[in-house]
Amino acid sequence: MRLTLTTLCTLAFAGHSFAAPATVDFWHAMGGNLGELTDKFAADFNAQNENCQVNTVYKGNYTETMTSAISAFRAKEQPHIVQVFEVGTATMMAANDKGAVYPVYQLMEDTGLEFNQDAYLPAVVSYYTDTDNKLLSLPFNSSTPVLWYNKTKLDELGIEVPTTWDELRAAAKKAKQGGVDAPFSFGWQSWTQIENFSAWHDIEMGTEENGFGGINTQFTFNNDKVVGHIQSIADMGKDGDFKYGGRRGDSRAQFVNGETILWINSSAYYGGFQKDIKDFEFGQTMLPLENSAADRPQNSIIGGATLWVLQGHEEAEYKCVGEFFNYISNAEQQASWHQNTGYVPITTAAYDLSKQQGFYETNPGTDVAIKQLSLNTPTANSKGVRFGNFVQVRDVINEELEAVWTGQKSAKDAMDDAVARGNELLRKFEAANK
Amino acid sequence: MSQSRVVFRGMFLPYLLLLPQISVTIIFFLWPSYQALEQSFFLEDAFGFSREFVAFDNYAALFRDEGYLRSFGTTIWFGFSVTFLSMSMALLLAVCANRTVRMATGYRTLVIWPYAVAPAIAGVIWFFLMNPSLGIVAYWLKAMGVDWNHYMSGDQAFAMVVVAASWKQISYNFLFFFAGLQSIPKSLLEAAALDGAGPIRRFWTISFPLLSPTTFFLLVVNLVYAFFDTFSIIHATTSGGPVDATSILVYRVYNTGFIGQDYGGSAAQSVILMVLVIVMTAIQFRYVEKKVVYS
Repeated sequence: MRLTLTTLCTLAFAGHSFAAPATVDFWHAMGGNLGELTDKFAADFNAQNENCQVNTVYKGNYTETMTSAISAFRAKEQPHIVQVFEVGTATMMAANDKGAVYPVYQLMEDTGLEFNQDAYLPAVVSYYTDTDNKLLSLPFNSSTPVLWYNKTKLDELGIEVPTTWDELRAAAKKAKQGGVDAPFSFGWQSWTQIENFSAWHDIEMGTEENGFGGINTQFTFNNDKVVGHIQSIADMGKDGDFKYGGRRGDSRAQFVNGETILWINSSAYYGGFQKDIKDFEFGQTMLPLENSAADRPQNSIIGGATLWVLQGHEEAEYKCVGEFFNYISNAEQQASWHQNTGYVPITTAAYDLSKQQGFYETNPGTDVAIKQLSLNTPTANSKGVRFGNFVQVRDVINEELEAVWTGQKSAKDAMDDAVARGNELLRKFEAANK
Repeated sequence: MSQSRVVFRGMFLPYLLLLPQISVTIIFFLWPSYQALEQSFFLEDAFGFSREFVAFDNYAALFRDEGYLRSFGTTIWFGFSVTFLSMSMALLLAVCANRTVRMATGYRTLVIWPYAVAPAIAGVIWFFLMNPSLGIVAYWLKAMGVDWNHYMSGDQAFAMVVVAASWKQISYNFLFFFAGLQSIPKSLLEAAALDGAGPIRRFWTISFPLLSPTTFFLLVVNLVYAFFDTFSIIHATTSGGPVDATSILVYRVYNTGFIGQDYGGSAAQSVILMVLVIVMTAIQFRYVEKKVVYS
């Protein structure tokens, strides 16, 4: 108690004697170890900058953080920086048009800080740029789906790591015969099996450049290629080569306990796998190619979150925001973030630095994500997706895919229904954001 | 001789005394309900820049959605299953606790524990117990020959959320049943015992009827709990799936409003849910309460 009082007095005293540093509130959704690393970013930055004080506040998971920031904005109590997951992008974009958001490129221009958008990885920033290719929010934690495999088991069964879906199907069949319970599975199915499958094979998921061109977009993922892909997975399920393990990342348990040996999900599972998987060797490789859908892979798209700046604060505070953004984008900070978390580095310099440090040699496979993302220059179909009400659309996709996995619907019917229901949600978003 | 009666003159004092109660009702019940009703007629963007009156569009969109209509059946089935399971288990435990002599306090304390667990945490606990790949209960079920995978089977997922939601409410019901049983006069039970009635007969002819006010109260409270308070359990376990097997109305309200930021659609759903619960509670007071014996 005495200590607290002393601290308070000191703070009060300090406040009177010196010019108070500009305070910046930063609301984030990083719990546990990630939260500690995020707080450390701010603490280190504050130690170097006496004019700025960045206060980090953990606001719960992604949806909770976004909802709190929106309610705070409506009550005019908004933070300066809020971390928003990629599916919230369309909502934030619409808010940008109405003046709730301070676009990052604009902020950097207004505060006169050094900012070079080309230093950032194109596949990462392209998800968050406007139609003029200007950066609206700063990528913070980004990952992409990869194919995880149980190396020990594959070697034991004499199966090569698959690079195409044909090989994957054959491998799963062989593994099943070899006694593996549920050879193939995946998590976050809309993201991995529809959004990324489409980008990887350069297939349009929705009109208007996947929604980048305007909120009058319509879904088109009920095309033959996606339908064929979903049907082929359903067929694997009938033979027991594929076992569905839930929405989100629930099926992780299947991979960790060896029940599943080929698993498609985020590259950011790396850190956790290193800690949890003791009794077999695991690896990650690029997503398989469906030969009937494309001749070569395009590039995969990211998931994760970015930092959005909200309007309504003082200029001096925004300057601190800009300096903080530059601080977390510098190569050393990024390389350390990347190596500790499994998220991709957001700048080319951080990638190069990690290479120089020999990180990829000592940790093979950790560069798969970044190689996938930068495989080709992103096209209109592979820049990312930007659809309104996308959180609910993903729920619709989850429901419809589950109807396929449980044999209630054919892939064609399910995708047609998902598109129809999704379009209804898009129209509602369009009407609300005119 | 006229009898002197105490009469409060003027209307001021009684209303003043009622004021706290009335203001609590207005601030915490009527005002939010009105806000929900108002919001349900508008289409609004997340940040609140534009607000457009759309009359019944939000409602019409709901009734066009087959999944939403299926949710009514799921919700009612869920509500009654949870109420029945949690009340019957609580009653059984209360009867047992009422008969124990030694360690009674310790036993009661243990039964009350789960009530202190937040619904979201309860959901996470059951999520781990029942996970097909690493859950211990799922492992036992498999050992017994049950092919447990609630990600694929809607019925299993439904059973899981019913058990999780009931488990949480058993403690609460137990407290009331136990207090009710304690207040039943021993003399009645002893007289029946002397007349030769066995324990089961004594329970059904004496204890159970005398418990009816408690039972009725709990019936109302449990249904309200199952209808309104269970979204976090669903959120932590099944997210409403597989397909929409566990998508109950209140989960949709939560999902549409808090996760989807579609405030108008979410408000319309709350209004419908509110009407449903009001109708059900009215039915209970009108018909079920007639069977209640207040001593």
